[in-house]
Order: sequence, then C-alpha cells, then structure tokens
Amino acid sequence: MIFATLFKQLVRRPATNPFPVKYMPRSVTGLLGKVAAGKASIHPPIPAPVDLRGKIAYDAEKCIGCQLCVRVCPAKVIEFLPEEKKIRMYVARCTFCAQCVDACPVDALATTPDFLLADTDRFSENLIVQAAPGAAAAAAPEEE
Amino acid sequence: MHNERINIDLEANKSAVAYSIPIGPTHPALKEPIRFSFELDGERIVGVDIKPGFAHRGIEYMGMRRNLIQTLYLSERICGICSISHPLAFTMAVEHAAGIEVPPRAQAIRTIIGELERIHSHILWAGVGAHELGFDTLLHLTWNVREKVMDLLESLTGNRVDYAIPIISGVRRDIPEEKVHLAAEALDYYKRLLQDLIDAFLHDKSVEMRTKNVGVLTYDEAIALCAIGPTARASGVKKDVRQDWPYYGFADMEVRAITPEDFGREPVGDVYDNIIVRVLEVAQSIEIIERCLETMPSGELMSIPKIPALLAALKKAEGEGIGRHEAPRGEVFHYIRLEADVEEPVAWKVRAPTYGNLMAWVPKFLGDEIADIPIIAASIDPCMCCMDRMHFVSRDGDQSTRLKEELVRLSREKTRRICG
Repeated sequence: MIFATLFKQLVRRPATNPFPVKYMPRSVTGLLGKVAAGKASIHPPIPAPVDLRGKIAYDAEKCIGCQLCVRVCPAKVIEFLPEEKKIRMYVARCTFCAQCVDACPVDALATTPDFLLADTDRFSENLIVQAAPGAAAAAAPEEE
Repeated sequence: MHNERINIDLEANKSAVAYSIPIGPTHPALKEPIRFSFELDGERIVGVDIKPGFAHRGIEYMGMRRNLIQTLYLSERICGICSISHPLAFTMAVEHAAGIEVPPRAQAIRTIIGELERIHSHILWAGVGAHELGFDTLLHLTWNVREKVMDLLESLTGNRVDYAIPIISGVRRDIPEEKVHLAAEALDYYKRLLQDLIDAFLHDKSVEMRTKNVGVLTYDEAIALCAIGPTARASGVKKDVRQDWPYYGFADMEVRAITPEDFGREPVGDVYDNIIVRVLEVAQSIEIIERCLETMPSGELMSIPKIPALLAALKKAEGEGIGRHEAPRGEVFHYIRLEADVEEPVAWKVRAPTYGNLMAWVPKFLGDEIADIPIIAASIDPCMCCMDRMHFVSRDGDQSTRLKEELVRLSREKTRRICG
C-alpha cells in the first residue's frame, strides 16, 4: 500500500509551500526592487487564515489608560506610560494569546494577520507598538 | 515473575556486565533532558537507571507570582504538544477551587479542541516512531497528513500551537456555523486515511518485526509502576480519565479505554501494542468530535464574560481545587490553592503524564538491544527534544562519543538485517 502512495507522489505537487524564489538571488533588495517595479515575480505568500492572532494593532486615540491589558498580559509585553496615560508594547516578548484584545474595554487593541516579524534587533521600529510612530524606545522592558 | 525483571541483581551479574552506557541528559529520543545509564551484557540491556531533573524551569514558582489569567497562559507553555491539556487541567482546578460553572457550549468546545490535539499528537508520535525505526518516508507521509489537523486548529483558534482557547469560566472563541464545515471536512479526511494508517503501521512486515515483543511492559508491571495513558492501555490496563472520571463533554459520550483487544490482539504491552492503541485512539477522537459537533449545545461561552469581573471573582475566591485531563500521553493533574485577597495562586502543582510513565521505561528496556533503545524510549511518547548525541563510556576508561546519527544507523541496520 505504501508503494501505491509513493508512486502517486511522483505525479503529485509538493505538499510544502514554495519559497518566494527558487534560488537565492544575488541581492535580495535588488530583487525586491525589481518586484516593486514589476520586472520580476515571486511566489506570493500563503494567505493567513481568518482570525489569525498576529501582531497586535494599537489605536492610541481610543485608549483610556485603564491598564487592564497590563494586568492580564502573561508575558509582560505592555509597559504603561504614566505621563501620557498610554501604553507601549514590546512585540519581541509577545506570545500572541491576544488576551489584551479580549480585556480592552474600549476596543483600542486588535489582532492583525501580520506574523512575519523576525528581526535581528528586538527594539526595532517594527517590534515596538506605541502611540507616536517611530521613536523606538531606548529603555529595555523591565526584567523579571 | 515481574519482580525479578524489575529488580535485576546487578552485583551478581557484574562479571557479565561489560559496558555501562550513559544516555542523556540531553538526547533526541527523550522528551525532556533526562539521563539513562544502561548496563550492557554484549548487545543486551541488563540494567537501566533513570535520572530525571535536568529541565526544572520553575514554572510553578513563576505562576505563583502572576495572577490567575497570566498563569493560565504560562501553563500552556509547560508542553508545546500538549498545549491544550495543561490549560484544560489548570482551568478545571481553578474553577473547582473558586466554584465557577462552565457553560455547556464552552465544555463542548474544550472537548473538541482537546480531541483535535490528541489526533495531531498521536499522528506526530507515529511519524517519530517510524523515524526511529528508519522509515523516514513514512515519517514524512505521516507529518504531511498531520498538517490538516494543524491547519484546522489554526483556523479554529487563531494559533497553530498554544491555542489560547480556554479561559477560567469558559472559552474565548466560539466555533461558528461557517467553521463547522472546515472541521467536518478534516474529520472526513482522517476517516478516509485511517485504513491507510493501519496498513502502513500495523500490517507492515518490517514494523511488526521491529516492534513485536520489543519493549514489553506486562499488565502486572503496568499496575505496579502506575503507568498511565496509552502506555498502560497498551498493556491491557483499561484506564482512561475520560472513562473513569468523565468531565466536560465526555460525560455524555461513554468513552471506553482503548486496548489492543479492540484490534483483536491479546495485550502484550510491547511497542506494537503502543502503536495499536494510538492509531485506534485517532479513530476514537474523530468519533467524539463528530458527536460533539452534532450535539453542540447553544448558549454563552463564558459564565463571567467581563475580564475585570473575572479577576475580581478570582481574587475573592478561596479554597483548593484539582483538575484532571486525559492528555494524549496520559493523565495530567493540576492542584491549586487560592486565598482570598491574593491575586496569585498560593500553591500550584503540576504532574505531567510523562512523570507517571518514567518508571515504565525500566522493564521496557530490560532484555532488549542497544538498537532498540530509540524506539523503546519513544514508545511512551516523550516529546522529541533538541539534542543530537550521546556518550558511550566503557569500563576500562576508553571514552567515545556516538552521534545520534550513528544510533539511528544501528537501528536501521537491524531492520535491514532482520528483514533480509
């Protein structure tokens, strides 16, 4: 029976998802530039399922500074900024349980399908969620 | 008979014992870092000593410094494969201590996710077992079919692993009508696949030759050593928390412990029986999920839906509670004690299934060969970890290191040798 399965494999498409390109390009940024200009094409990413718990989006306008999210966050991702009465999230620590989204009384937090978050710097702009865009925090989150 | 097998007299056999092999603390065939010392007479294992305690992470202490909602997500991270079993036992313990009711619909959803996890865990185990025997083709085929249930879990819960679905007093996400067909589709897929799984694992000549009468745990030994889960059931012990102590949706299901007798084989307790039990349990889980989906009660998802109210109720709660759940590897047990006006649990104790099955390794190893070590170690289903070598130290001081690849090669050579 296993042989039948194996022979079927010969004509079947691979079960794995294709990489964006077949071979490593000489320059990744060059390739991305070409893709942006429409001169080259890459395999599109596999669409994320609906309701995926990805990176948390923060709407500072709605935030009332109740600190409920800070209380329920298991990974202590969220730092409260007392002067502005807003929060700052260090996504590098996030476990994507989205308990803060459930806890928020004013719907200032929401999940996004954004999951490609690998970075060499845990304080890079992409990994800090806060009110004013940019201005990555210099201070590290409080250690345990 | 069984006592002689367990208490083998090493002193009397000393002249015959030529080698002592330590395996671990870190080794790919082991769930957690653990150390084995094997006493060998030629190829045959005549003694084994197990030393656990290398993976203490202080999770219980960390949990006692966090409030109960934070601790819930910590409990999820005790095990990556049982990532619903621990939260289920934890929430059950807290609800027991605080006297919180869980709505019927939430109970059904917890049951469904728990059984989906059993399907993925048993299929993962089957692949690992095939790999240890040298059937990497089968490993890739099994893990390929496992993706279906992983995708289903991801679309139902939002996370591929660590589903974050149960919360104290209920569940966080519903299974809406439009997603029920996804589940039904995946279940149909596995029902069609079941016969293939049985053919590939239970009617395969090579698998039979490598696993029958290898790693035997007799009925008496399983009882004496308090083995749990599929390891005990493979020895013919009809023991299953879902049967003996029904909870959540299982109370209406009349779940029956699966033993090799259901496959028409007298239980021996060898690795082959372990495969039988796990494959048949996939079928059982499919049945349970289908019945849950059919008879899904309507109603609310959480008895205390507002998080501040839940936190306040938990702060007021006082008492102790226990939670038991039949995880894919056996019974998982959580104990918790709460005090009024303290947000954190005052005491939290976790007993994971592998702990109950540790001693079952001893009679399983005795009398078998070095090349059988990987499959016997894997037979109680410890999680595969991230380590790739072991030490062989001979008595005369000659030390050498054997890589994991070499051990796998020995295992494969044995398959080839006995299959001609």
